[in-house]
Amino acid sequence: MKRIDGRKPEDMRDLEVEAGVLENATGSARVRMGRTIAVAGVYGPREMFPRRLQNAEKATLQLRYTMAPFSTDERVRPGRSRRGQEISLVAGKALDAAVFLDEFPKASIDVFVDIVQADAGTRTAAINAASVALADAGVPMKDIVCSVAVGKIDGTYVVDLAGKEEDASDCDLPIAYMPNQNKITLLQMDGNISREDLKNLLELAKKACEKINVAQKAALKKRWLK
Amino acid sequence: MRVQDEFVTKLAAQGKRADGRKLDEVRKIEIDMKPIEKAEGCAMVTLGKTKVIAGVKLSVGEPFSDKPDEGVLMTGAEFSPIASPDFEPGPPRIDSIETARVVDRGIRESGAIDMKKLCIKKGEKVWMVFVDINILDNFGNLIDASALAAAAALNNAVFPALDKEGNVDVYGPKTKTKLPVKYSPIACTFHKVGGKLLLDPTRDEENAAIARLTVTTRDDGNLCAMQKGGDEGIATEDVNNASEISVRTGKEIRKLLK
Repeated sequence: MKRIDGRKPEDMRDLEVEAGVLENATGSARVRMGRTIAVAGVYGPREMFPRRLQNAEKATLQLRYTMAPFSTDERVRPGRSRRGQEISLVAGKALDAAVFLDEFPKASIDVFVDIVQADAGTRTAAINAASVALADAGVPMKDIVCSVAVGKIDGTYVVDLAGKEEDASDCDLPIAYMPNQNKITLLQMDGNISREDLKNLLELAKKACEKINVAQKAALKKRWLK
Repeated sequence: MRVQDEFVTKLAAQGKRADGRKLDEVRKIEIDMKPIEKAEGCAMVTLGKTKVIAGVKLSVGEPFSDKPDEGVLMTGAEFSPIASPDFEPGPPRIDSIETARVVDRGIRESGAIDMKKLCIKKGEKVWMVFVDINILDNFGNLIDASALAAAAALNNAVFPALDKEGNVDVYGPKTKTKLPVKYSPIACTFHKVGGKLLLDPTRDEENAAIARLTVTTRDDGNLCAMQKGGDEGIATEDVNNASEISVRTGKEIRKLLK
């Protein structure tokens, strides 16, 4: 089976990871998965405001996911959307598990991810960029979180859905994964698949995540090992 | 860690729960199908002590440009301050948005509603289905209670009558024509407490949990929506176990809708 962009079913899109792309942010990263581009900036750990929201036991990781108005064919209305808020929540939670939050009581770690171009898989690109940005900021972590979406088109399992594939697929199943911990930190699915499909897709996604992990580490090494 | 958290965590680790349920046992479910006459479809679900009411309203509107021949589905959830000391008035909080979106995806992705049958005139006029969920009493597991109430409300929803211009006759009678609903998506939510997966958690169990997973299943035993929540990661075998229990439990709960 050939895919719209000529990839084999188990092939990921062309992946580019770069660490340290912003000057102001404590840590930053840019990830391109095919035509989807995410830029992540991390500020902190810093004092959390308003103070009443501080957690005396650990830091609070807050992620804000935004799509640029020009990132899609149809202009995205700027401002808060329900979709954006939900993605911010689940992507933030996907990183929570990897960060040693209890080392910074009362602090906030603010992760901002801007999607500058969207061509499916924006939440996975956002998580990939955000976890590299966190590591780039020197935030202590158990693992680098990597993320990819898998699906099933015409009975074939496919990795890293792009563009129109998302509509053609029986399901869209993004996961975030910590390879060293062997734990899934984000899992969403919509579509129509059997339990057997789910099992197979999870294994496929984990394998792809491990490849992304290699690229993420390489980007960090490139920036910091001179 | 609070005392209650420690208590339920210790119990769960021994395979027990505070209310004596098995780990994969759902609380008692009651569905009242006709509490609100003004709504096109309605259901009140009592899940243990958790109480949720879902109402369906229909109106005529414009379709989305990328789906000109399909109806529109909108799902909202209101965490009213009457339902819990933790709920405050104000704009929707992130957990109510998440609940609404998980319920919405279950309905949408299961193909529960035949959206093409909601087209009145292609590209111009379609039926818009509004599913609104109000929480009345929160004793845990709002996602499953909301999803069940929504499914039940859609199941008994009927079309309102139209006036001469083709708009909904708001004060007029309802027709006997049922909304084209084919399936009943059933959500099953698990919380990971004390290393175990607890189905249909109470509030104490939710507070003690480190991770959450919702699996929504269709009538044919396939999966149509999933959502992980909570701070910690979960193992692959937990996901596979949860999907197995959800298919089995979904079948049982679906019988209550018939």
